[in-house]
Amino acid sequence: MSSLQIKNLRKSYGSVEVLKDINLEAESGEFVALVGPSGCGKSTLLSIIAGLESVTSGEVLIEDVVVNDAAPKDRDIAMVFQSYALYPTMTVRQNMTFGMECRNIDKATQNETIKRVADLLQIEPLLNRKPGQLSGGQRQRVAMGRALVRDPKLFLFDEPLSNLDAKLRVEMRSEIKKLHQNVGRTTVYVTHDQIEAMTLATRIAVMYQGVLQQYDTPKAIYETPANVFVAGFMGSPNMNFFDAKIVAQSDQLGVVIDGGDGAVLPLPSDRHSTLADGQSVTFGVRPEHFSPAHDRRAERKGGVSVVVPVHVDMDEPTGAETILMVQIAGQDATIVCEPDGAPNPGQDMDFEIDMQKISLFDPESGVRL
Amino acid sequence: MAEATHEAFDPLATGSRRRQIRAKATVYGLLLFFALLYLSPLFIIVMNTFRPLEEIVREGFISVPGLLSSQYWLEAWSGFCLGGTCEGVSPYFTNTLLMTVPATILSTAFGVVNGYALSKWRFKYDTWVFGLITLGVFLPAQMTLLPWAFVLGKLGLANTIGGLVLVHTVQGVSFTTLFCRNYFVAVPDDLIKAARIDGAGFWRIFRRIILPLSPPILIVCVIWQFTGIWNEFLYGTVLTSGTNQPITSAIVAFSGSGTGQRHYNVEAAAVIFAALPPLFIYLIGGKYFVRGLTSGAVK
Repeated sequence: MSSLQIKNLRKSYGSVEVLKDINLEAESGEFVALVGPSGCGKSTLLSIIAGLESVTSGEVLIEDVVVNDAAPKDRDIAMVFQSYALYPTMTVRQNMTFGMECRNIDKATQNETIKRVADLLQIEPLLNRKPGQLSGGQRQRVAMGRALVRDPKLFLFDEPLSNLDAKLRVEMRSEIKKLHQNVGRTTVYVTHDQIEAMTLATRIAVMYQGVLQQYDTPKAIYETPANVFVAGFMGSPNMNFFDAKIVAQSDQLGVVIDGGDGAVLPLPSDRHSTLADGQSVTFGVRPEHFSPAHDRRAERKGGVSVVVPVHVDMDEPTGAETILMVQIAGQDATIVCEPDGAPNPGQDMDFEIDMQKISLFDPESGVRL
Repeated sequence: MAEATHEAFDPLATGSRRRQIRAKATVYGLLLFFALLYLSPLFIIVMNTFRPLEEIVREGFISVPGLLSSQYWLEAWSGFCLGGTCEGVSPYFTNTLLMTVPATILSTAFGVVNGYALSKWRFKYDTWVFGLITLGVFLPAQMTLLPWAFVLGKLGLANTIGGLVLVHTVQGVSFTTLFCRNYFVAVPDDLIKAARIDGAGFWRIFRRIILPLSPPILIVCVIWQFTGIWNEFLYGTVLTSGTNQPITSAIVAFSGSGTGQRHYNVEAAAVIFAALPPLFIYLIGGKYFVRGLTSGAVK
C-alpha cells in the first residue's frame, strides 16, 4: 500500500510556478528524501503535504485518501521543523503533551506516551526544562519527541539537522535512521545535504527549479543519474564533466575528450545502443573512479579502464583521502585518491578511468544517454 | 541581556585619575541640574498644597511653606465646589477611573487579537486592513469630534461615561494593533505551523502560545492606553458635561469658576490627584515599558 501519493501537483504564487507537475509515491514505511538546492521547491512540497500550503492543481493522497482540502490537524501527520519551533513558554513536557491535549487524549495515556518517548530519546532529565535552557542537540531531540508522541501516518522532517554543528549532525543523522528503523513509519525528509539524503533515504527525490529530476534509490541515483543536474548535485566532490565526442573504432565505440591527445577511451559494449559515431557528448566521471595507473584497480575487478595523463594543480588532503584539482586535456577536473602515493602539485601522472562507472549525457538537453 | 553589555564598558572609568574625577563630576553635575529643573514644577506644586492661601498670596507662589497643613488635600478631594457641586474632585476622579480602566482593558484586548490575526493568519489584503486600522494613529482627535458626537447621539450614549469608553476603545485600537502586530511579527511562524499540526486552532494558539509570549507588549499597551486616556482632555470636554466629566475636563472649572478668589492650594492638590494614577502606573511599569518597546524579538 502506498501511504503517500502526489499526482500532477502544481503550485504557483501569482505568476511564479514553484512546483511543476510533481509525481511521487511512497510505499508504507519508506524513507523518502526530498533533496535539491535552495529555492528548488522542496520545502514548499513538504508544506503542501503537511497542509500548511494550498495546492494550485493536482492531488495529494495520504493512505489513498485525497487530502487536498484537509486541515493539517486532520491529516494525521507529525512534523519536525528546521527551527525546531518549540513553544518557548512551555516546558519540554508541555511541548510534548500540547498536541495530545488538542486531540483530547486522557492524562493517563499522555503520561504513558511521554514516558515511552522520553525513554526512547533519552530526554527524561529534560522534561521540566524550558526550550531556552536546552542546547541545540537537546532541542533537536525534543522536537523529534514532540513528533513521536503521535503515531502518525506520516513523519515530515524539514531540514532538521541544518542548525546543528557538523559532529552533532552526523550523530543525529544515525539516530534518525535508527529511529526510523524502530518506528517504521513512512517519512518524508527535506534536506539540501546530499549526504544526508544518501545515508538516510530508501528513495531520493532530486528536485531542481520546481521540477522533479529523478526519483529512485540512492544507489541508482548515484550510479545512473538521469541528467547532468542530478549527476552534479549528488556526490561530493562533484562529478567531472568533459566535453567529448564518440568515435567508432573497429566496431567498438569509444570516447575522445576534446582538446586532448586524441586517445580513445573504449566504452563497455553494453553502452553502444544509442550512440553514433561523431556524436558530441558530455562525459561524466566521478572523482573516485579515477585511480593511479600503476594500481590497475579496474582490471583487478575485471573491468575495462583507460589511462589518461593528468596534470595536478592543487591538492586538498582530508586525511582519509586526498582530493586533487587537476587538468585533463586542458579541462578542469577533480580526482579523489588515497593519500599514500598521491602526486604533489605541479606533477604529471597517469590515472586510469573505470569505464564501467562513467556516465554520458546529451550536451544540449543534459539527459543521460 | 542589554544591561550586561552596557556595564562591560564604562567610558568614565578610563584615563588618568584626574580625568576620571573631572568626567564623573561633569556628567553627574549636569544630570543633577536637569533632574532638579524638571522636578521643580512638581516640587512647587506639592509645596503649595500644604500652604494656607494667605501665605501664598503674601509670599508668592514659589516659596517654602512655613506651616504645613493637610486640610487642602481633604478639601480638594471631597469639599471644594466645582462645576456646581461641592464634593471636590472625587466624583470626577471616579468618572475618569470608570472610563480609563474599561477602555484600557478593551482596547488592549482588541489590539492583541488584531495584532495576532494580522501577523499570524495572513489573508488577502491584510496589509490594507492593517494600514486602515493604523491610519487612526495619524488622525487628529479634532477631526473625529463631530462624527463621534453624532455616533454617540445615535447610540444614546451622549454625555455618558460609557460613551467615552467607546470612543477611547475605538481610538486606542489603532495604537494597540500597531504595537501588537509589530511585536508578533517577530514571533516565528513555525510556532504557529507546529501548533496547527498539533491540532490547535485560532483561539487555542492565541491562548497557549501567543498570550504567554505577550506580557512585554501588554504592559506597553496598558501603560500607553492608561496614561493616554487618563490625561485625555478634548473628548471629555466636548462629549460630556456637568457631573459626567472626567477629572481633566472638570478641573478646568478652576480657571473659570467665577468666584473671584483663586484657591491655589486646593487647586494644586486637585491637580496632583489628577496626575497621580498615570504617575503611579509609569513608576511600576516604566521599566517594562522601555523594555517592551525596544525588545521586538522573542528568542
